[in-house]
Formats: sequence, C-alpha cells, structure tokens
Amino acid sequence: MTGAGQALLAVLAVAGAALMLGAGWAAGRWHARRGERLAGLDLGTPVERATFHTLHTASLAAPPLRAGLTEDAARKAARRLRSLLGTEALCLTDREAVLAWDGPGADHHQRRAMARVAVMLESGRSQSVRTECQRPDCPLKWAVFAPLTGEDGMLGALVAYGSRESAVLVRAATELARWVSVQLELSELDRSRTRLMEAEIKALRAQISPHFIFNSLAAIASFVRTDPERARELLLEFADFTRYSFRRHGDFTTLAEELRSIQQYLALAGARFGDRLKVTLQVAPEVLPVALPFLCLQPLVENAVKHGLEDSTEECRITITAQDAGPDAVITVEDNGVGMDPELLRRILAGERAGSSSGVGLPNVDERIRQVYGDAYGPVMETGVGAGMKVTVRIPKYRAGVHSSASVQALPPQA
Amino acid sequence: MNQTYALTAVAVVVLVTLLLGALGLRISRTTSDFYVASRTVGPRLNAAAISGEYLSAASFLGVAGLVLLQGPGMLWYPVGYTAGYVVLLALVAAPLRRSGAYTLPDFAEARLESRTVRRIAVLFVVGVGWLYLLPQLQGAGLTLEVLTGAPHWAGGLVVAGVVSLAVAAGGMRSITFVQAFQYWLKLTALLVPAFFLIAAWAGDGAPRATFDAPAVFREATSVTLAQDVRLSVKEPLAVTVTGQVDGRSHVAEPLVLAAGEHAVRAHARLEFAPDTPVPDAREEPGAGAGTWSEPPSGELREYRLYATYGLILATFLGTMGLPHVAVRFYTSPNGRAARRTTLAVLGLVGAFYLLPPVYGALGRIYAPELALTGDADAAVLVLPERMLGGVLGELLGALLAGGAFAAFLSTASGLTMAVAGVLHQDVLPTRGVRSFRSAALLAILVPLGVSVAVTAVPVADAVGLAFAVSASSFCPLLVLGIWWRGLTPPGAVAGLVTGGGAALSAVLATRAGLAPTGWTHTMLAWPAAWSVPLGFLTMVVVSLATRSRIPAGTAATLARLHLPEVVAGDRAGGRR
Repeated sequence: MTGAGQALLAVLAVAGAALMLGAGWAAGRWHARRGERLAGLDLGTPVERATFHTLHTASLAAPPLRAGLTEDAARKAARRLRSLLGTEALCLTDREAVLAWDGPGADHHQRRAMARVAVMLESGRSQSVRTECQRPDCPLKWAVFAPLTGEDGMLGALVAYGSRESAVLVRAATELARWVSVQLELSELDRSRTRLMEAEIKALRAQISPHFIFNSLAAIASFVRTDPERARELLLEFADFTRYSFRRHGDFTTLAEELRSIQQYLALAGARFGDRLKVTLQVAPEVLPVALPFLCLQPLVENAVKHGLEDSTEECRITITAQDAGPDAVITVEDNGVGMDPELLRRILAGERAGSSSGVGLPNVDERIRQVYGDAYGPVMETGVGAGMKVTVRIPKYRAGVHSSASVQALPPQA
Repeated sequence: MNQTYALTAVAVVVLVTLLLGALGLRISRTTSDFYVASRTVGPRLNAAAISGEYLSAASFLGVAGLVLLQGPGMLWYPVGYTAGYVVLLALVAAPLRRSGAYTLPDFAEARLESRTVRRIAVLFVVGVGWLYLLPQLQGAGLTLEVLTGAPHWAGGLVVAGVVSLAVAAGGMRSITFVQAFQYWLKLTALLVPAFFLIAAWAGDGAPRATFDAPAVFREATSVTLAQDVRLSVKEPLAVTVTGQVDGRSHVAEPLVLAAGEHAVRAHARLEFAPDTPVPDAREEPGAGAGTWSEPPSGELREYRLYATYGLILATFLGTMGLPHVAVRFYTSPNGRAARRTTLAVLGLVGAFYLLPPVYGALGRIYAPELALTGDADAAVLVLPERMLGGVLGELLGALLAGGAFAAFLSTASGLTMAVAGVLHQDVLPTRGVRSFRSAALLAILVPLGVSVAVTAVPVADAVGLAFAVSASSFCPLLVLGIWWRGLTPPGAVAGLVTGGGAALSAVLATRAGLAPTGWTHTMLAWPAAWSVPLGFLTMVVVSLATRSRIPAGTAATLARLHLPEVVAGDRAGGRR
C-alpha cells in the first residue's frame, strides 16, 4: 500500500473516530435531556395538548417529591415545576434555608428570599411582592411566595419569580404549592408506613425475648452442676444470640450471620429438648454472602421448632437448605411437626388472626420480604394439619439498596 | 488415535462433572454442624474455581496452536490472559465485591442508580458471553472431530447438551467444587503428558524448534487438505501429489513446485519427503470468513506491531469484564478475600500457562503438517501419539482429550450460567425456577446455532474478540465507576455505546467477512487499541458535559466501595 493511501486511511480512521465520539456525545445529551422533552405527539387541539403537557410534567415532578422535602428531591423537582409555571426562576425552601433554585439570580436573591419566607411563614398566606433588585440585567422583578403545608403545619415555601406583576402567576403559584403540599403529605404517609414496619421489627426483637429467655436460662441452669462446661458454652451461645437479635443498626444482614444466629437458637432449644430435636443442614457455600433482611429466617426456624417440639411429643426433624439458583438463592425451612390448616395460615398472613399462636413471626417475615423484593419473591409456605410445614424463600443475590451491615462478630462486645 | 480410550476419557470427565455437581453438596455438607456448613468459600478454593472457569479451550488448545503456527510472538496471548488479573487485582476486585453486585449490570445500577445504564450493560454482557461461548463450542467440535471423526457440530452439541442437562437437573449445586476440580484436572491433563513428551524430546536428541525459518518435516509425511489452500513456496519443493494442483489433476505423481504461489484444491493428498521445509499455507481468498485472522501472520511488520498492541490492551483490560469471572467474586465473603482470591488466581493461571507453549514448540518440531491442514488447534491432542506411540501415547492422548473437554465444559457452563442469570433478571418476563431454566437454554442454544452456521476460526483469536469488546465497554465502566466521582449515567451510556459498540461492530464486521483488506482490516480485527481509548474518552467527556447528573448517592457508594467492610459497617451503625 502506498504512503498516500495509508495517510488517507489514517485520516478516514480519525474522522470515523471523531464521528463516533460525536455520536456518543449526542447520545449522552439526548439521554440527559430526554426527560425534559415535550411529549410532542400531534394529538388533539392545542388546549388538549397543553393539558397533556401539563399533566405529563406534573407526573414527572411527583416522584422526587415523594421522597419528602429534601435538598435532593427539591433539586430534581424544581426544574419540572419551573417548566410547569413557565417563570424566570423558581425556588423551593424549607423553614430554614433554600433547598433548590432553578433559573438565574440564585447568587443575590437567595438571602432576601429567606427573609421574606420567614415573614410569610408567620402569616401563612401567599404573598406577591416586588423584589426591588438593583441590578439592571436581572429579570427577577416580582416574586410570589406560596406556603407548603404538611400535617404539622408549614414545611417551607415555593417562590416563583417573574419579570412583571401578574395575577395569573400568583394564582398558578398558589395552586402549584397546594399540589406540592399534597405530594409531600403522601411522602409523610410513606414514611409513617416505613416507621410502622420498623416498629414491627422492634416488636419482633422484643417478642423473641421473654419466653425464650426464661426457658433457655432454665435449661442452662439445669446443666450448671451436672455439666458446667456445657453450661458455660450455652451461656456464651445465649450471649451471642441476644447480641445479634437486639442489635440496633442495619436492616440487612448476610445469610452466614443469620445462619449463625439460627445455630445458636437451635443449640439453646436443643439444651431444653435434648435428643428430640434433629437438625439437618445443607448449605451451598456460594450463597453465604447473600444479603437479606435482618431476622427474616430465624422466625421461620422458631416456628418450625414450635410446631415440631412444643405442640407434639414425637421426634422433631428440621431441615434447612440454602441452594444456589443462578441470580437467586433458594432457602427452605422444613419441619415434620403438627403443621396447620392452610386456611388458618392464610388468615394469619392476611392479618385477620393477629395474636394467634404463630404470633407476629410469619406475617412479619412475609411482609418484609415482599416489601424489599416485591411480591414475586414472596415466601411459599406449604402445610397441612399433621403434615409438617415447608417454607421456601427466594432471595435475589443483588437488589438495589440492599447492603448487609458489618459482621456482628467484628464489633466490640458492648456494641 | 485410539477412539475407545479417548471417548472413555471424555465420557468420564462428563460423568464426573455431572455427579460432582449433583452430589458434591450432599457429600460435603450433610451435617448438623453449623460451623462446618456455614464456612464461606475460602480464597484458595474460589481461586481454583475462577481459574477452572477461566481456562477455556483457547488456553488449553488455542495457545499451543498459535505458537505452532506463528511462533513465539503468540506468547502475548498467555501473558495477556494472565496479566488481566493484575489489573483486576489492583483496580477492581475488592471494590467490585464490596459493591454487593452479583452481575456487571448490578454494578452499573448500584454505582450509577440508573436503569438505563443497567439495560445497556445487559446487552454487552450477553454479547460478550455469546462471543466467548462460540469458540468454546467450536473447539469442542474440533476436538471430537479429531478424536472420532464425528462431524464438526457434534462436539458443540455434546457440550451444550451436558450444560443444559446440568441446569435442567436443578443446576450445579456445588458449582464451586466442580469448577475447582476442573482446574486441577486441566492442569494435570497438561502437566503429566508434558513430562513424558519432554522426556521423549530429550531422548530424541533435543532438536530445536525453528521459529525464524519454516518448519521442517522430520519424516515422510502425507497430508490431506480439507479445503482449498494457496501454498507459498520459497524454493523449489518436491512432493508427490494425488489431486488437483494449479488446475491440473495428478494421481500419485512426483511434482516439483517452483518458488511462488500454488493453488491446491481440497481433498488433495500431498506427500512430503523428510527434511523438506513446510510450505506456508493460506486459505484461498473468498473462502468465507476464514481469512479474518490473517493480519497478525501477515508479513508487514507494522501490522503485527499494531495487532500486538491491540491484543495486549484487549487481554489486559478485558478480563475484568468477562461475565463469568465477575459473578464469581460474589462468592468471596468480603473485599479483602476477593483481593486474596485474585492473587491466588494469578498464581494458578500463571502456572497453567507455562505448559501450552511447550506443546506449541514441540508441535512445531513433530507435527508441522498441522499448519497446512488448518487443524493447528489440535496440536496438543495429537502430540503424544505422534511422539510416544503405543499404549502410553494413547493413554496420554486420552488424558489430554479429557482435559480439553473439561475446559469446554467448565467455561461453557460458567458462561451459560452468567448469561442466563442476566437474561433471567432483565430480559425474560416471568420469574421463578422455570424461567431461569429457559434462560439457560436460550443462553446456550443461540451460540450453538451460530457455531454450526459460521466457519471455525482459531480458538484463541475468537476469544480475543470477546476480550476486545469487554475491554472497550466494561473496563471504562468499572475503572471510572470505581475510581472517579464524576461519572454520570449519560456518560456511562455514551461510553458503553461508543466504545463497546464500536468494538462490537468491528468484531462482527470482521467475523462476517465484511471488512476490506489492508490497514482497515487490521484495525477492525484488533479493535481494542482504538476502541478502549475511545470508550474512556467518551465516558469522561460526556460525564463532564452532564455534570448535573452525577448520582446523588455517589459519595456514599464510593465510600462503600473503598472502605473495608468493618469500617463501613461502623459508619452505617453510627447513622441509624
């Protein structure tokens, strides 16, 4: 090949690379801007299209607001809200500070805006005022302050800036503030639901204690003279078990940790019931690092022990398996105990039979797993009267936001 | 070669693999001792498993074939395959584990908090996985063809069948043990015959392999060509020909080929006298996509230099993006263990790669005619019979055949599981066990279909293509995602699409035989040298242009990636 030909090819290659780079840039920008583009379909009259557009923009602004009035949510929502109002600038504040500012003028208007917000929060009414900005090039001449309200009173303010006084802007900003307030109230509802869930976990932790603690201590006491070494071991198991169950931090743990806690539980239960308890364990080591909700298997084992030992006099056989199934881990807990009426189990899970013998355990596990991983991952429970019970739980190996906290063992004992 | 021994060896490997997979869990874990059962996979076991999954047909057969064909320049392949783990160890291993991601799309989602990036990453995982599966199935076909004369699609079918069977029977329940076993099996299968072969070579007076001059036939050899070939002869060469040469038919006639090029039709039988140099063979132009891998063997030095750089970049940076390697790090209990695992992998893989070049060099001396028939990848398999003969040679050949099948099985099953996991999670609609099985079937059947349809290319080269795509797409994503705060979802999308997309289209174009000849062809066949920088550049530039889109949780995510788990856990504890 001649030198000229090679040079030509080199030029072509560089041009091609530049073209690809440009395409990549365009793709990136398109991705970045895609959300902001209008849903410009040629449908309906201009009025209808405007309505569609408004509804679409509002629906885009709603999800961030459902996270509550935080800086991040405000930043994401402010852009949508401003395009909804079509003003020069828009600002969202809480009671103390500006959370997000979309549009020009953030540098010199912010402080004055907060002073105004403080006044407005006193009165609780929307206000329209002249900004009296000294800069000739600043377009922000008029400002509308509208309050954002929640269940507990004022949460903050929505401030819309325009270049001239306009009654339309005042009204639109007030209505928009009302809509944002509704979204914020919904977010509070979400939060209270989460709080309820957390309260239930706490209840679960508390629920483990009384009976189990008394029985365990009594069982340990019976060994103190006959077999002091075993009594000591059991006490250590007991200490580890309660430390894990009462730990404060983290919603998630690893399967290895949860299994260790189950082992301690079974050692203590075994001390009480002696040879009647037989446990078989099949665990694929690949799934031990899987992250899963804290205390989501232990109640299943507790349930199995209860069905197998406390409600019957036969030998109790409990089988726990954890298998690797591609992107999921499949965990089963099976016992040969008394089982239960499926209809009764259904009613317990539906919350219609609170306070029954199964307590808060099964429904709580069911609900928490569904909440974290979705209904497709709900535990499968197979049972019948006298037929034992088998619970199968599928846990995906990865789910956004699910991270196990550090190992309990690694923390100092007083943690 | 004795078919009975070889087939028995292959059958034993297949059966042992299936049985270990199905029963290993039972043997090792039927116990009520929780402390034994809840012991996580240690770094050494995990490293053996990673090596077992990683050392594919390209390593077991391909490297030796390339060294036979093209000499020590091809040693860059084993060097690159190993050195990829150095990069992985230094930059990626521990943070990837700490991210909690199981697959690479998981990592993309965890780091960038974007479903779009995840979907694009899924495309590339499937693309790389299939590109990598293709040569495995073709290699299996070649092995079975050499062993038994079965048609070339049969081996791929066997491998695909075994993998599907394992998945359908509930999956490999103790896949780590199976893969670790495969590593030691492969090492043994190469090591033991190598000792015998080296002893035979030393007993033969230790002849030197000539890499700067053409190889020489040591004894009278007859070669039957499988396809049309163009022979280039440097000095007049005496052969006995049965078949068509330069358009004329001969029947067992002696013929002197003058210096220059000669066209030889398929099915011609050439008989060479001892001490004649082996002519350079190249497939007839227009014989399909078979010529694509030619540039590194081309005469122009700058082509070779460029191709070598392309190869180095692809293998050094591509290892981290291989789907079946990435998922195995999830098995490590924490980031520190992941790092130790990688270090152990370096040792294991490095030790393994000392062996294939030995076979390549011996093949150059004892089986030079393989270069003519295009079966250079089979060098490893035929050497024991050629050099030792007798029952010993046959037994060692059977051992090698078993090892080769272990290589196909382990890599193919690892890749199938990885691709199926991604298909199951992100592509197929329903969830559940059945959906995962159908995903696994889809993951293996597509490359099987393609492998029957397209012409075979040298295994090591075909694997190089998968590395190139992986290096151009996932390497920028992983390295920038772990080490740069400024990465944004639009930047990641643009980088993946531009870098990875360019590499993928270049690779597909060359495989389809669409690329023109000359420099353009070399650029397209070895895309990593330009597509990796392109991917990095696009990702950085677009990220800088869309700075407002930096994910909100970046600081927290990076802290989790880089802090040891205990510290990170304490921080988390402090927050709540």
